[in-house]
Amino acid sequence: MVAAAFSDFMQQVVSGLASGGIYALLALALVIIHRSTGVINFAQGEMATLSTYIAWTLTVNHGWSYWPAFVATLAISFGGGVGIHRAVIRPVERGSVLRIVIVTIGLLVAINGYVLWQWGGEPQQLRSPFGTDTFDVGGVVVAAHDIGTICVALGIVFLLWLLFQFTKVGLALRAVAVNPDEARLVGVRVTWMLALGWGLAATLGGVAGMLTAPTVGLDPNMMAPVLIYAFAAAVLGGIDSPLGAVVGGLVLGVLLNMLSYLSQYGAFDWFTEELRLPAALLIILVVLLVRPAGIFGRPEVKRV
Amino acid sequence: MSPRTQRVIGFVAFAAFVAFIAVLPAFISDFKARDYSYVGIYLIALLGLNILTGYTGQISLGHGAFMGIGAYAAAILILGRDGLSLAGTDPPGWLPEHGMRPIFVIPLAGLITGLIGYLFGLPALRLAGVSLALATFAVAVSLPLIAKHYETVTGGGGGVSLPLPTTPFGWDISTPHWLYYEAWTTAGILFVVAWLVVRGRVGRAWRAIRDGEVAAVSSGVSPAAYKTLAFAVSSAFAGVAGALFVIQVSYINPDTFPIGLSILLLASSVVGGLGSLSGVIFGALLLEFLPIYAQNPPVLDFSFSKQAPSVVFGVVLILIVLAAPGGVASLLRRGGRPVRLALARRGSRPSRLAKEE
Repeated sequence: MVAAAFSDFMQQVVSGLASGGIYALLALALVIIHRSTGVINFAQGEMATLSTYIAWTLTVNHGWSYWPAFVATLAISFGGGVGIHRAVIRPVERGSVLRIVIVTIGLLVAINGYVLWQWGGEPQQLRSPFGTDTFDVGGVVVAAHDIGTICVALGIVFLLWLLFQFTKVGLALRAVAVNPDEARLVGVRVTWMLALGWGLAATLGGVAGMLTAPTVGLDPNMMAPVLIYAFAAAVLGGIDSPLGAVVGGLVLGVLLNMLSYLSQYGAFDWFTEELRLPAALLIILVVLLVRPAGIFGRPEVKRV
Repeated sequence: MSPRTQRVIGFVAFAAFVAFIAVLPAFISDFKARDYSYVGIYLIALLGLNILTGYTGQISLGHGAFMGIGAYAAAILILGRDGLSLAGTDPPGWLPEHGMRPIFVIPLAGLITGLIGYLFGLPALRLAGVSLALATFAVAVSLPLIAKHYETVTGGGGGVSLPLPTTPFGWDISTPHWLYYEAWTTAGILFVVAWLVVRGRVGRAWRAIRDGEVAAVSSGVSPAAYKTLAFAVSSAFAGVAGALFVIQVSYINPDTFPIGLSILLLASSVVGGLGSLSGVIFGALLLEFLPIYAQNPPVLDFSFSKQAPSVVFGVVLILIVLAAPGGVASLLRRGGRPVRLALARRGSRPSRLAKEE
């Protein structure tokens, strides 16, 4: 009984880390945009869904094998992200928050409608590059897709860290996030760096979408709940902290699975599956009210 | 143009609109009357949202959820404990035993929702801009799920049906026409209320907070009091709209007020024109008729797919923000400028001549 409970517990942890990895990627995308543009991109989930449909079209309709399609999709997403910034975000960037929020909402509505129009509402199947095998590690059954998801997510995070810490572009990106005006004075091409940020965010979203689709099925609203978990992860970790986004994502993934796990064993028995999303939303509300900067963020000081 | 002529033009336009709305049912079918009742209902919801977002500058992505709260409040009051147990749920004892007449429920639903909005406004005071958008978004997403969870009160995922609406007091008009007048009379009253509030002291305080909170504080305006007031008023409007909606369709389930509705409400109030009461009318027309006409444009001889409206809506929304941040209302005002300039020139000519002499 105890052994069964333990292996069940470990399985929940592994699958929690896998979904947490996806939340972390999307949260990272939100953080990159928020750091540079100061706005929460409500269209992030729809952008990710669009990327995933492109991958699906490449593999299913054009017969590409998975990894070339994966890379091509990320390249297209990157271009799309840069394009979106140049076309519609840049003109309103210096205006009020309301205007930028409305533009991202417009993107959300338009992209969601386009995906429904182009691909229809029925769910499609995007296969996992890691197969559907499961392994038995000391009594704990883990899915290959979950392990693959964790590895890809951590790998991407590592690559981003290298980019931000050890390249000139990364330095410029960080400079723009800290102080765009001074960055411009020392010769950083600020608008292109902001566009690059949008490109990176779109790419991260594409990865998150392609990792989500095999488990939940590809449909036009697939990323809506994932986006909300990513919001919660980003807010929990600190909306301006990349490290916070990753930690927040993983913690949230495991935490939500723990609630389900505990409710099976009697504790928190009021917790049902439909309360998973409200639980994440409650985290958003509580963190925003109690510690708006999140765990890793610095509190904002406003100068008058 | 002097403010006085402006006021006269505004008043004439409003009176013409009221007259149009009053006689419209005589020329349209019952079916169309239903469409136009929805316009009235959306008008009320958008008035509320415009008070919060347009006049006070607080972004809300949760207005549809407050409509939902009003709708559930109305449904529960209309059914009462008796009605709910007939609908197959097991209602808790604190609910009133007997249902109420729908027409009395409408203001009550507004009051209840306004109170809830006030309570939500208290913690929301700490949030501004994007954080508030996110928090209200969270409320809008969780409301349907919470409604599903507490099924003894809400009927759960299956929803609850209400008795079909009928014309009360033995009046001799068809039910759709009665619902039309019910929606539009309420809309008219609330439009005037909104106008009175917005043009007075309270409205000035709201605009001051929107345009510069620090300046508002230093002029003696308390942002906390006025922001929570804006939340309360805006939610009360949403609650009334939700109650009218549920009476009209006589059925409610958690998916009647999805996050998409909240998003469309914000979008159409931006397209109509934030901070403008006349813009609300365009927003409401758009919200009701764009999905219908974008599918089958009456002018061109082709039809789009069902999803084309949202693509059009999204693109129009972005274009409006980029090109005309004041929305349709400001475009009309700008479009009317040549006429008004001519009027103003004619009016001012003698004085200018007098000055030149």
